[in-house]
Amino acid sequence: MQSYSIFSLARHALSGHKNWRPAWRAATPRRRYKVIIVGGGGHGLATAYYLAKVHGITDVAVLEKGWIGGGNTGRNTTIVRSNYLWDGSAALYEKSLKLWEGLSQDINYNVMYSQRGVLNLGHNLQDMRDIRRRVNANRLNGIDGEVLDTAGVKQRVPFINTSADARYPVLGASWQPRAGIARHDAVAWGYARAADDLGVDIIENCEVTGVRREHGRVVGVDTTHGEIGADRVGVVVAGHAGVLADMAGFRLPLESHPLQALVSEPLKPMLDTVVMSNAVHVYVSQSDKGELVIGAGIDAYNGYGNRGSFQTMEHFLTALIELYPIFSRLRMLRHWGGIVDTSPDASPIIGKTPVDGLYFNVGWGTGGFKATPGSGWVFAHTLATGEPHSINAPFSLERFHSGALVDEHGAAAVAH
Amino acid sequence: MLLITCPWCGPRDESEFSYGGEADIVRPPEPEAIDDAAWADYVFMRTNTRGLHREQWVHAHGCRRWFKAERDTVTYDIRATWPMNEEAP
Ligand SMILES: Cc1cc2nc3c(=O)[nH]c(=O)nc-3n(C[C@H](O)[C@H](O)[C@H](O)COP(=O)(O)OP(=O)(O)OC[C@H]3O[C@@H](n4cnc5c(N)ncnc54)[C@H](O)[C@@H]3O)c2cc1C
Ligand SMILES: [Zn+2]
Repeated sequence: MQSYSIFSLARHALSGHKNWRPAWRAATPRRRYKVIIVGGGGHGLATAYYLAKVHGITDVAVLEKGWIGGGNTGRNTTIVRSNYLWDGSAALYEKSLKLWEGLSQDINYNVMYSQRGVLNLGHNLQDMRDIRRRVNANRLNGIDGEVLDTAGVKQRVPFINTSADARYPVLGASWQPRAGIARHDAVAWGYARAADDLGVDIIENCEVTGVRREHGRVVGVDTTHGEIGADRVGVVVAGHAGVLADMAGFRLPLESHPLQALVSEPLKPMLDTVVMSNAVHVYVSQSDKGELVIGAGIDAYNGYGNRGSFQTMEHFLTALIELYPIFSRLRMLRHWGGIVDTSPDASPIIGKTPVDGLYFNVGWGTGGFKATPGSGWVFAHTLATGEPHSINAPFSLERFHSGALVDEHGAAAVAH
Repeated sequence: MLLITCPWCGPRDESEFSYGGEADIVRPPEPEAIDDAAWADYVFMRTNTRGLHREQWVHAHGCRRWFKAERDTVTYDIRATWPMNEEAP
């Protein structure tokens, strides 16, 4: 792999930057692989990378129907945090956060993980009780967190409307200093490059159209490039989880919904952290380019259309103005949607399926970007050994039969 | 915004409606006679159709009546809406 560094940058500058090689090969699919990963988003690529790096399995293909990172990985608002309530989720998201902290060095690709902290605002007494409970739970699990009062919020973000007669007064917040944002495209490209370097085939424009089974066991997939055999298949397709489950002959407790986001015109630096509000229902951060990155909840209806309805946008923009009157004359530059696969307990499904050798890693809904490294880590373990890692064991499909749900609506209610 | 035709009030803005999810899910007549997997199937599993989807809506800020719709989940076009207790047109 050509290493990226200040020296390589200087060396290539001398030749006018004409000799950089592509970050990954355009591989042509072979007839058969040990492991096939369906879906070339961040989670699929991270899975491939850790399969090769941690488990030494390099006979791996990642099949992506479009282009790398063209799904939710490239459409999300990049909030990374680990302050989830339950032990199971705390372990999963904190594993991920720890990997984020060393990721740029590990894959020699700057993912621009900026630990600028995240505030989750509380607007009534019950919000504050829940925040205290969650922060206490986090600290017991070794996750950083503090409870701030109104003055503490105002000190960090002076232009939040904290007047006592606001319709939803700001009573305080939880504060996770190690949380932050990252560069979404870089995560996809960086993992693709690092996996490719270890021998993984990354095959773009290759849609999986069928799951081949014999005697209840997966034997490969049908694709737009023909049939490809595999010992094990891992499905990581976010909003299209239901479509792949249908191909394999079972159903999932998931519904696909549009989730929208907006960016504003660029502003001078004014917001150096991330602020989220469950009750007023909007969240915002400022990108390095100066744009405000704004989002909120899903459109209520099922949809695969990569776009949602205007009243949903109106809802989160009115929330934005309620909390930050200073933004009232801001113009929005871009708007888009992605398709998220929401689950009944706001937690993912990572593990075995009714088909032997076929594993799913789906249901991340509105909040899976933060989990990209950790999700790849545990899913690689699952695909390599055939059994879940202790971290993803609670996130089985089985939990919907046993009733042992991991209810994270409290921590995940405002998406992300 | 979708334009949804309430079977009683006619075409109205989506913001007057609330979504009720997949239609035609039938509660098992004898819950005690089925196993956990079958119960989970009823409570949690969804077809999550990509394409023509039968679903329920309620005209929450209008006549407040429930009805069924068939809508394409990719184009969002609504093919038909009809009262709960009637057959699809
Ligand atoms: C607007 C928005 C904002 C969000 N904000 C945040 C946030 O701030 N923080 C956070 O943590 N999360 C956020 N999320 C959620 C997050 O983006 C996702 O949970 C996460 O990116 C999912 O990653 P993935 O790799 O599983 O999915 P994706 O990146 O969607 O990758 C799945 C891939 O599978 C491919 N695929 C689908 N079907 C097939 C097929 N048949 N054959 C081959 N390939 C197929 C798709 O083309 C796609 O590239 C947000 C999502 C959206 C839409
Ligand atoms: Zn009506």
